[in-house]
Amino acid sequence: MSKVDINIDGINISVEEGTTILEATKELNIDIPTLCYHPDQTIKGSCRVCVVDIENQVNLSAACCTPVWAGIKIRTNTKKAREARKLVLDLILADHNQECLSCVRNGNCELQDLCMELNIRDTKIEKINHKLPIDDSNPSIVRDESKCIKCGRCITACHDVQGVGAIYNVDRGSHMRISTPPGKKLNEIPCVYCGQCINVCPVGAIYENNDIQKVWNALDDESKHVVVQIAPAIRVSLGEEFGEEPGSIVTGKIVSFFNRVGFDKVFDTNFTADLTIIEEGHEFLHRLNNGGKLPMFTSCSPGWVRYVEYFYPELLENVSSCKSPQQMFGALVKSYYAQKNNIDPKDIVVVSIMPCTAKKAEAVREEMNDSGYQDVDIVLTTRELGQMIKESRIMIKELPEEEFDNPLGISTGAAAIFGATGGVMEAALRTVYEVVTGEELSNIDFVSLRGIDGCKEATVKVGDLDVNVAVANGLENARKILDMVKEGKADYHFIEIMCCPGGCIGGGGQPILGTNEIKEKRIKAIYDIDSMSKLRKSHENPVVKALYEEFLKEPLGEKSHKLLHTHYSPKS
Amino acid sequence: MVNLLSKLCGKISPLSIKEYKESGGFEGLEKAIFKMSPKEVIDEVKNSNLRGRGGAAFPTALKWNFVAMENSEDKFVICNADEGEPGTFKDKVLLDGCPFQVIEGMIIAAYAVGANKGYIYIRGEYPKSKEILISGVKILQEEGYLGNKILGKDFSFDIEIRSGAGAYVCGEETALIESIEGNPGRSRFKPPYPPNKGLWGKPTLVNNVETLANIPVILSIGSEEYKKYGTESSTGTKLLSVSGRVVNKGVYEIEFGTTLKEVVYDICEGMEEGKKIKFVQLGGSSGACLPESLLDTKLDFDELRKLEIGLGSGAVLVVDDSICVVDFVKNATKFFDHESCGKCTPCREGNKHIIKILDNLTNGEGTERDLKLLNEIAMVMKQASLCGLGQAAPTALLTTLKYFEDEYKNHIKYNCPAGTCSLKEGVAINV
Ligand SMILES: Cc1cc2nc3c(=O)[nH]c(=O)nc-3n(C[C@H](O)[C@H](O)[C@H](O)COP(=O)(O)O)c2cc1C
Ligand code: SF4
Ligand code: SF4
Ligand code: SF4
Ligand code: SF4
Repeated sequence: MSKVDINIDGINISVEEGTTILEATKELNIDIPTLCYHPDQTIKGSCRVCVVDIENQVNLSAACCTPVWAGIKIRTNTKKAREARKLVLDLILADHNQECLSCVRNGNCELQDLCMELNIRDTKIEKINHKLPIDDSNPSIVRDESKCIKCGRCITACHDVQGVGAIYNVDRGSHMRISTPPGKKLNEIPCVYCGQCINVCPVGAIYENNDIQKVWNALDDESKHVVVQIAPAIRVSLGEEFGEEPGSIVTGKIVSFFNRVGFDKVFDTNFTADLTIIEEGHEFLHRLNNGGKLPMFTSCSPGWVRYVEYFYPELLENVSSCKSPQQMFGALVKSYYAQKNNIDPKDIVVVSIMPCTAKKAEAVREEMNDSGYQDVDIVLTTRELGQMIKESRIMIKELPEEEFDNPLGISTGAAAIFGATGGVMEAALRTVYEVVTGEELSNIDFVSLRGIDGCKEATVKVGDLDVNVAVANGLENARKILDMVKEGKADYHFIEIMCCPGGCIGGGGQPILGTNEIKEKRIKAIYDIDSMSKLRKSHENPVVKALYEEFLKEPLGEKSHKLLHTHYSPKS
Repeated sequence: MVNLLSKLCGKISPLSIKEYKESGGFEGLEKAIFKMSPKEVIDEVKNSNLRGRGGAAFPTALKWNFVAMENSEDKFVICNADEGEPGTFKDKVLLDGCPFQVIEGMIIAAYAVGANKGYIYIRGEYPKSKEILISGVKILQEEGYLGNKILGKDFSFDIEIRSGAGAYVCGEETALIESIEGNPGRSRFKPPYPPNKGLWGKPTLVNNVETLANIPVILSIGSEEYKKYGTESSTGTKLLSVSGRVVNKGVYEIEFGTTLKEVVYDICEGMEEGKKIKFVQLGGSSGACLPESLLDTKLDFDELRKLEIGLGSGAVLVVDDSICVVDFVKNATKFFDHESCGKCTPCREGNKHIIKILDNLTNGEGTERDLKLLNEIAMVMKQASLCGLGQAAPTALLTTLKYFEDEYKNHIKYNCPAGTCSLKEGVAINV
């Protein structure tokens, strides 16, 4: 690529041809305001708050979508540009329900930030905001259109990243809005509840269904035995809610917090992640040896499960019957743990902290009450946990590090990596290899399956067989693999699919804005936890071994089938 | 009035290839493909100084050259026949009167830029014209003017007819391309421009019907002869769609350089009886409103640029003094509020607020502050909107604020000079 000489605010620089004005100004440490721009998305050029002045041009240009040319003279800070940005913002505010104080994004809102940065002290334009009914029709996602600024980022997430297309632009002109199909709510359409739309929304127009109060109520209820589990991805991201560097590992402090606010037991979803590997690994071998449906897909990501139920019902038999670690946990607590500790399962409340909005919907699936009770009672996202901690006024950064309780708090490094794309497959391979061959795996790091690439694959020699595995994250990437499988063009045996880009560390319940850059840091932390673990293979987890001896007897056994496996049904 | 472009309209039967050829049809095409290289064709168009008739007056040969310079297996030529600008009905005259001339222009354009596929995007409200075009294309395919190896030469080009769902913004070239691709008609940001990345990401030439109809003329009579029409800066002729309070409304072909006064008083034989002219809106709803004092303005790109206005689609709406300027602009803005695609902030939100403020004025609730705000919103729309729709939508507002400022101010003082707004004294707020 050749370079071009340009001038920004009187400074000459040379940049690659095709660089946008926005990119070029960054090189000079000028921070042009943006709203519809998102670093990981295609450029939209629609909000127009990034306008700049170009010499000899009557109209302004949007910095995000205008490439520079040789000799261009750009002024970023003229009266004309400043006033236009302010007025554009004013126009947005006039149609915005500005109830900041009770808004879920208060304090973490790009619109708020912009108003502060652009020195908005008064607004000129009359407020015309149509308060449309809030859509909270489902357990996971809430949409409040009165806060929507029509940036279109959620549409890109839903269409281009997830390939779902649940929401889109409807109507034109000042009536244009981002909506579900007319007259339908989110629960009436194939929205998979992934929450990727939430993660990219600059404002408080989409958010999770808030369940924090339910947790406080359970904790306040003396008659309840309240047990909490945290998913693998929480410990590497919660810190961000408190200003820690992305990728900070805060496991012990989270445990401490839970102890302080009175949870009866603080357990770890990583325990049931190890258990999932045992069950799923054996299920895979069973299919392999008995002519079962292959390739087998993983089943721990509920957004993915909902997606396959809606869009590829013909492949449902390929999906592992294993419940997700969250659900296995709930079922075990209300059976094994309850019996062992002589607690009536009806008095147990299982709370889970998940990086995921779809987990809220998973918990209330009809099938998920094999213990006789709903396996998991309340699901909070990482963000809600952050909110709950703030509400408690406990300064989590100052807390000591504490350990999970026994027995359901013991886990291996293989469980930790469930939180990143490729992790489930890597964990499964570590176990499957050793179960089949009886030999120790010399190199347990399946590096080719790691990282945020959308589709990854590997071939692993397990005994006499070359096992072909694939990993996809983000449903649009999954679709590519699913189509290949459907057309018989793929010779994979085992496929891991995670609904969210990057895996659970990029889940729809994670701290905002989790850009790819931030996701990479979370992933690194996940693998650090793994490499620091003493035990790194699920079948070496001593408590899992004990669980089989005492209770489950054998993988895929009768008890496992009752408690740990489930079934799916086509949706339309 | 002249008879250069439209000389066959109404004179021959539109779908008779025999009559078309007898009147000189396909001379331009044959000359181009048998005697000239694509580059020579572009040079000929360049020498004619032809500028686009779709509204932006972009030099046609320059645009062709952008497409010709692109290296791509597939290139497209799109004839923009969306004709959505209110008060504009001149493309229809060409399409219905002499469809072969427009298609001939497309074929020559395809030859010049190296395109193999063309689309005519015809306004949904023109079903008859669409049928004519479909038959016309079929006839030309049968006669070897379209399809593989046109007239035996190693040049293939075919045309498909598409039509829009009636959205005005679909006349904007990138929204039009989106629409042909099967997406909702919303404008894309530019660059990339269609000549570099247009339909399905391929180099695409988008030209207006009238622009294309000029091409066979230029090639058959030669650019030098062509340049004898019009003025130095604006060569050739222009079709005007005249409507409003004049005696003879209709489509007229004029030479560039004709004044608005000549159009109104000579060509259209003046105002309807008892009507007094107030202003002329030039270029459709997105055009400027020129007061009587500017009727001596010549229709010439350079002259108009001095007034910071354009000729647009060539619509001429003659408005008499029974019309209230504020009310007139409000109605025009309602049109844009309805037709805006809603993608970018200034246009999506701006029109709505302009209407609201103009409502205040026509209800006797307007303030000085409103006038200032009107100007600010209009300016931000013009300067910061994503596409031409939002940029041009406030033109009537801005030009009337300039030429009819008093009439706006009078409304604040409860006085509507046209007498159409009922302004009760005492209901105003914030004065
Ligand atoms: C809102 C909007 C509507 C337009 N509608 C038309 C139209 O109906 N017909 C047309 O030829 N050009 C229309 N244009 C202009 C086209 O974008 C494009 O510039 C033109 O077709 C190019 O042709 P030309 O170079 O031959 O003029 C419109 C532009 C805008 C911004
Ligand atoms: S979205 Fe942002 S600006 Fe709007 S109410 Fe919420 S915090 Fe305030
Ligand atoms: S939750 Fe996922 S599927 Fe549903 S609207 Fe948001 S992005 Fe689309
Ligand atoms: S819901 Fe959020 S992301 Fe979607 S368009 Fe509105 S503001 Fe943008
Ligand atoms: S200016 Fe209007 S029509 Fe054009 S992109 Fe913006 S909203 Fe759409």
